[in-house]
Amino acid sequence: MIKRIIIIITLIGLSFVLLPLFLNMEDAERLSELSQTYVTEGAEELGTANLVTAVVVSYRGLDTLGEVAVLFAATAGVTLLLGTKKKGGSVTDLLEERRGGSELLNTGAALLFPVLLLFGAYIFVHGHLTPGGGFQGGVVIASAFVLLLFIESDREFSHSVLHSLEALSGAAYVLIGLIGLWFAAGFLDPRFLPSGEIGRLLSAGAIPLIYSLIGIKVGSELIGVVDSLRRRS
Amino acid sequence: MIVVYILLGLMMLIAAVAAIQMRNIVSAIITAGVVSLIGSILFLLAGAPDVAMTEAAIGSALTTVIFLFAWSRITEQMKTDKKSSEHDSEGGSND
Repeated sequence: MIKRIIIIITLIGLSFVLLPLFLNMEDAERLSELSQTYVTEGAEELGTANLVTAVVVSYRGLDTLGEVAVLFAATAGVTLLLGTKKKGGSVTDLLEERRGGSELLNTGAALLFPVLLLFGAYIFVHGHLTPGGGFQGGVVIASAFVLLLFIESDREFSHSVLHSLEALSGAAYVLIGLIGLWFAAGFLDPRFLPSGEIGRLLSAGAIPLIYSLIGIKVGSELIGVVDSLRRRS
Repeated sequence: MIVVYILLGLMMLIAAVAAIQMRNIVSAIITAGVVSLIGSILFLLAGAPDVAMTEAAIGSALTTVIFLFAWSRITEQMKTDKKSSEHDSEGGSND
């Protein structure tokens, strides 16, 4: 009971601390100088129709590389903890008791799987044109495979394929960054490829390439996480 | 428009409190996913489709699935632990 009262008092105190933030809130009249530069010059400089992608992949590209590295560390941790310890044995024993999915789930998932796969690829290939990008597309692809796991619970994914996909795309991402360092303005500068016409699929320099690599990396990592969670040790 | 924002925000708050208070873990996980889903709608209304997509895909879909997998693993582990401890105690009484 006392614990509850302390929690409530802490929450009320916290809301009082944050009250000035709420009271002083007002609509921003104009953008800050840096954002203004991004908005006015971003599309022209990099040739991206979606300005968010220009910021995420190019202007703040190093942060994105850091994000990908954090995700990699998290995946490595999950694999280390729950990784593929024992093979066979208890795996099949537990799966035998499992009942199959209903007709509705099986048909729906089989119907949706290729569509979701295509949609995920569409999201990251069109990252420089429409909202979304590598992370979102990768997650959509991973969710397609989760759906596949629901209907075929005994399906085994090849972890060596997943790991090599992940490692190759991560290495290629860094390599593209280094190519930008040599042939363009700096690390992760996508302008070593022609930026083309705004709004076309093949435009914006190396941004579609980088986002596709991120999508493949994120997708294979998340499939690996879900699969090692599902696997009975 | 502001009414929609407030309504969605209230729904989000209710879902968040419900997720903490629920006794059933599976319902709590799904309610936590609802919080993210309403959050993604709010992001979309605020004009941030990129963030909304991330929130919907990661926050409400993948996190929920991973939590559910983790919970099923925990319950299975608890079942096998119980079985093995029962076996041990039976063996002890026979001796």
